[in-house]
Amino acid sequence: MEMLPFILATVFTAATPLLIAALGEHVTERAGVLNLGVEGMMIVGAATGFAAAVLTDSSVFGIFAGALAGMALSAVFALMVLVFATNQVATGLALTIMGLGLAGLIGQGFVGQPRAAIPPVSIPLLSEIPVLGKAIFTGDFVFFLSLVLIGFVAWGLNRTRFGLLLRAVGESHGSAHALGLPVKRIRLVAILFGGLLAGLAGAYLSLIYTRFWSPGMSAGRGWIALALVVFAGGHVWRLVLGAYLFGGITVAQLHAQAGAIGLPSQFLSALPYLMTIAALLFLSISGRKGAGAAGSLGQPFVPER
Amino acid sequence: MSFNLALVPRREISLFRQVLTPVIALVVALLIGGLIVWLMGRSPAKAFDVFLREPLTDPWALQEVLLKSTPLMLISIGLIFCFRANRWNIGAEGQFLLGGIFGGGVAIATHGLSGPWILPLMMLAGVAGGMLYAAIPAALRNRFGISEILTSLMLVYVAELLLDYLVRGPWRDPKGFNFPQSVPFTDAAQLQPLFEGGRLHSGFVLALLAVIVAILVFKRSLFGFAVKASGEAPRAANFAGFNEKRITLVVFLISGGLAGLAGIIEVSGQVGQLRPGFGQGLGFTAIIVAFLGRLSPFGAMLSSLVIAVLLIGAESAQVSLKLPFDLTRFFMGLLLIAVLAGESLNRYRLEFRKEPA
Repeated sequence: MEMLPFILATVFTAATPLLIAALGEHVTERAGVLNLGVEGMMIVGAATGFAAAVLTDSSVFGIFAGALAGMALSAVFALMVLVFATNQVATGLALTIMGLGLAGLIGQGFVGQPRAAIPPVSIPLLSEIPVLGKAIFTGDFVFFLSLVLIGFVAWGLNRTRFGLLLRAVGESHGSAHALGLPVKRIRLVAILFGGLLAGLAGAYLSLIYTRFWSPGMSAGRGWIALALVVFAGGHVWRLVLGAYLFGGITVAQLHAQAGAIGLPSQFLSALPYLMTIAALLFLSISGRKGAGAAGSLGQPFVPER
Repeated sequence: MSFNLALVPRREISLFRQVLTPVIALVVALLIGGLIVWLMGRSPAKAFDVFLREPLTDPWALQEVLLKSTPLMLISIGLIFCFRANRWNIGAEGQFLLGGIFGGGVAIATHGLSGPWILPLMMLAGVAGGMLYAAIPAALRNRFGISEILTSLMLVYVAELLLDYLVRGPWRDPKGFNFPQSVPFTDAAQLQPLFEGGRLHSGFVLALLAVIVAILVFKRSLFGFAVKASGEAPRAANFAGFNEKRITLVVFLISGGLAGLAGIIEVSGQVGQLRPGFGQGLGFTAIIVAFLGRLSPFGAMLSSLVIAVLLIGAESAQVSLKLPFDLTRFFMGLLLIAVLAGESLNRYRLEFRKEPA
């Protein structure tokens, strides 16, 4: 039982970057835009966040810088997709390729430098609940921020006027435009929000999860976040569940590698990717395939005069 | 305010404009790339010299360019079939690796034997490996309606780990000082140079052959028409009786097979053994090649040569100018963005408006 809070805490740390990036992409996709550049925005966030933290000697500042860097990259995506109406799949891929290179350039001088941990925050009283209290109510501030973000996204999408408009734009941009809704402006907000969160998730990776920068460190987490959004099928609670499930798998495979259970370590490392495919397969077999995607997801929007 | 910009469709697109678009995109990307080099405190003029002039004027480097263009050409030709049909195979890197693993497996199994049948068998195994690996996302899409984008990409990571496992485990060279690599292939399992003292091998000829076949398929065959129709007007293609699922499977098999062939050609012609990292991200670079070539086989042939020049230039720039390879990676993404913007300006005219759109 003594191990449990510790394991839970590592699961949360592994899941938080996935959760944050997926929440951002969820909002983007609800607005009908498919941004495949999550991996690129995430790793630029990781590199920029780390570099900024070292240069200013403030990890907290680094986290904000990383988030802003992710947003800056998503602005490029927004320009292409909204103004030039380019193919979203190809543009997102370009963003990822560009981001991987850019992150390497930014992080060049910072490889291998360690950073101290950000002091954890404890919620008074709640964190003193035996066994689980310490695991859930003590953590880094971004973990708590991610919990706030879950509520913010769920409330914002379902309970506010802007959320309603955003979903209307995503469901049918043609009808939304005919009704006089500012399709491109709403999508711009959704894309920038997605970029901000992808960058934040990246900064979490380099400043809280591993606490060092290494090239390619996002290792497909951006793509897994994209799969989580598909898995969620429009429901924020399923996205949260999926993210923590994946955090659990990541931690379990790390423990299995350390415990040397006889399976090749490469097989265990491949598990998160294979589980992603398995999750999508499970979703399909359980009969909910594609049910949750926004109606005009991924289609370029060129209004007629 | 960008929102006052509107896209107005062009009635017709002149051939001149179609040819010029990728060229302008390349020039714009190069100018931005030069600016970055300058910001990094190096001389852009020297960089252009290393990236563009040296690979084209030095005969040794010219041969390297053709060698580097070989896998790019093969993979991008296959990807054109997918992208034209609006199927998104972005896992060519994984199919490339599987081609190398399957073909390399033949070379390892026949190690010590000789005979003219070994190389063709390796090539066939490479094609089969790529095809099988590409069939997974196609089948998942056809049978379960799962987006091929995510599955094909996830399988790239799995392929990398599989290669890593093989060369560290069962296929590791016992005499290799514990390095993660297979036995070096014998001459019977390596593509030999086309001419004495050179390095260029017959893989390049195979790539050119693939270009010609692809041109003929798109120009002359019903299948080529079905692929284009399925991408541009899926409903109409369905009414015309083209089976959507069969097209998905076939375009994936073609692109997987060609990527696999590229993989085994790279392993047996360039590397000479299996070792981690022989993919070099060529499967992703080929996506850019396909778009720079405007998704036409002839265009892809030209653009794989252009990109190969840049890649060879990048290799020497790493040494002579200490410019990191990440700069090239960044440039490739930038180039794809410029090409996509150019494509859009091809189809539409940008118009300024007073009221927000």
